[in-house]
Amino acid sequence: MHPALQGLITIIIGVGGCIGYFYLSNQILDRVVFPPRKNDAGRNINRANAVRPWLFLLPAMVALGLYLAYPVFSTLWLSLTDRSQNGAFVGLANYNQMFSEAKFWEAMLNNMMWLIVVPAASTAFGLLAAQLTDRISWGNIAKSIIFMPMAISFVGAAVIFKLIYDSRPVDQAQIGVLNAIWLQFDGGLGSLLLLKLLPGIIVLSFAAIASYIGWIILRPLITGDAAGGALMVVARIAGVAVSAFFLVRSLILLLGVMSFSPTYGEPQQWLTIPFWNNFFLMIVLIWIQTGFAMVILSAALRGIPEETVEAAIVDGANPFQVFFGIKVPQITGTIVVVWTTITLVVLKIFDIVFAMTNGQWETQVLANYMFDKLFRANDWGVGSASAIIIMILVSPILVWNVYNARKEMR
Amino acid sequence: MDGLAGTSSRLTWAVHISTALLVALWLFPTLGLLISSFRTADQISQSGWWASMFPSEQRIIQRAADPDEFRSEDGDKFIVSGTLFAPGTENEVIAWGTSSRQVDAYRPGDIADLGDGESMRVTADGFYSWRGNDEQLSGRGQRIFVTAIAPPEFTLKNYERVLLSGDSTDGMAKAFFNTLTVTIPATIIPIVVAAFAAYALAWMQFPGRALLIASVVGLLVVPLQLALIPLLQFHNGIGIGKGYLGTWLAHTGFGLPLAVYLLRNYMVGLPRDIIENAKVDGATDFQIFTKIIVPLSFPAMASFAIFQFLWTWNDLLVARVFLIDATGETTVMTNQIVELLGTRGGNWEILATAAFVSIAVPLAVFFAMQRFLVRGLLAGSVK
Repeated sequence: MHPALQGLITIIIGVGGCIGYFYLSNQILDRVVFPPRKNDAGRNINRANAVRPWLFLLPAMVALGLYLAYPVFSTLWLSLTDRSQNGAFVGLANYNQMFSEAKFWEAMLNNMMWLIVVPAASTAFGLLAAQLTDRISWGNIAKSIIFMPMAISFVGAAVIFKLIYDSRPVDQAQIGVLNAIWLQFDGGLGSLLLLKLLPGIIVLSFAAIASYIGWIILRPLITGDAAGGALMVVARIAGVAVSAFFLVRSLILLLGVMSFSPTYGEPQQWLTIPFWNNFFLMIVLIWIQTGFAMVILSAALRGIPEETVEAAIVDGANPFQVFFGIKVPQITGTIVVVWTTITLVVLKIFDIVFAMTNGQWETQVLANYMFDKLFRANDWGVGSASAIIIMILVSPILVWNVYNARKEMR
Repeated sequence: MDGLAGTSSRLTWAVHISTALLVALWLFPTLGLLISSFRTADQISQSGWWASMFPSEQRIIQRAADPDEFRSEDGDKFIVSGTLFAPGTENEVIAWGTSSRQVDAYRPGDIADLGDGESMRVTADGFYSWRGNDEQLSGRGQRIFVTAIAPPEFTLKNYERVLLSGDSTDGMAKAFFNTLTVTIPATIIPIVVAAFAAYALAWMQFPGRALLIASVVGLLVVPLQLALIPLLQFHNGIGIGKGYLGTWLAHTGFGLPLAVYLLRNYMVGLPRDIIENAKVDGATDFQIFTKIIVPLSFPAMASFAIFQFLWTWNDLLVARVFLIDATGETTVMTNQIVELLGTRGGNWEILATAAFVSIAVPLAVFFAMQRFLVRGLLAGSVK
């Protein structure tokens, strides 16, 4: 049977079946199980109304339970067993094996870089685009174009950017934009400014932010007025350690940028340059996610009470002060939401890496590592263990979302 | 914000220019792919796509027509004439030559003296005439080196090849219909299932409702990576294996949390009066749902439908795990493109066209239904 016809029949059976299920189950409930007749009329109506919600919920609950809730536990179990020993329980052996693999730590480290760079850059560009397009007449067209990559698949975007990063031998015409631009650099002043100073400033400001955050976390411990008991002290020490880690990493990076001596006039294979190729992959996701951030932040910016902005202008604030001092603080909540939503996308990022480098040249990420283990190495234990790692990374956001949703419902 | 005090005209210009730059930067990559898909393989490898909008300089080496066959008498000499370009092309000669050492020795219209009374003339439109005696005009035709300006040229051949040829490695037609077959049921079924559940969560009273809503919010973020192996085992266990049915079910399951969440949030906001009036008038819950809730919730359903459509159309992982078997008969477009990247990494005319075929439909949906998409995004993440 032709798949299209099969699809059509499935739509009819699926949709018809759903509607039929809901209709018939309601009919049976009202006519057969609890008919509102004779003496029992009132009681039966109440009983029917107590059952009815569950009839409405049943298909969704079955699907959610089977396709999302059950797999979490099943994967957890798989990660603790060994398939080659007929699913015998092996404790944490899979995790131990995974932690001893260099490729896993490479994936972890890369994922952490993705986690910092992509949400930050997408939110920043989104905020910039939202603010710029809000003030001009052709803003809606501009917004549509920046938003457009949202509709493009990760695979399509991978092809688009592979064309940009394409490299041809030195004696042929370069058809990739990046190499065509690269060949314009000759090691002169322009190259110094764009390739040393600009990245240097970006890395240095990142280092400054990391040390500032670290200092904010550390300060109460030194002055001795840290509130919240032992748990908070531990959390603070962990926070300081994380920011110290980023500070050290960014200083190493700064050293790398400064001592980096590129070969000018030679086309580069961008996706094979270790470490930097990660950023070339991240650009793809930033390009896609900026539109999302822009749409949400633009709505938030419009929701800011006009009086606050006007009051600031009357008091003599310049446009930058208005933006950073008045507008941004009022949409902090939305920025957090955008940030966490993009973080979720980043944690699951798979298609871009799979299509562009497949984790070669030190670009591995967790989801692709997991795919490798599950379907190439056929190692379900380690594959499931890495899936659980992704779940653990996601769960703080899960808890935070549930907490907020419950708070809102009260 | 227009016309605010303190907004100088210089700043307004800066805003216009930075917006234009940002838009150009965001449009540029897609434009490159689109333009490349209309160029031939030769054009793509000769110049970057950004050069294709302008006339380009081309070097052509041609031989004059075979003199033994085409020469005609012209007084005491013979002459061979013809044109260097295929009919219909609008190339313009800017320089030409007769030896590889000096390819641009002559201007168009010049007469080149080839010695002993042999001569060659090439005009700007590519017309040449080669004169000489019986001995000179024999054997092979004289070589002519031409530097010409070619106007921008685009072709639909790539699309013909990718869509109509039926080629099993390059062809996208089958993958296109497979993708469509995956997408449509996978978009419609979750809406139906979620709408009933959302109504129950929004307007019916029962114990455990808050807990259920909270768990839907929690399931929103569960990575589908966790579901791959357990569900594959489950599908094999109940005998559906790899195929469309399993893919539809998987997409339904993965799409449901967002569907229930979006629809419930929307339905809760519907006016209470309408629903209570209907109840007083004796309508059952089923009637209220079909006659009132569904028509009123159309915008939210449209929002979710677009999300789910884009997500299922663009998906690679679910299709690879639950759909595509060893025969590859049920391949989808994203998978076909990944395979093309492997086998035809350098053939940009095929890759660009295939990729553009796959992103054209979502782009069309995006521009047609952008309003609903934005509304859905705002409902889904801002609170």
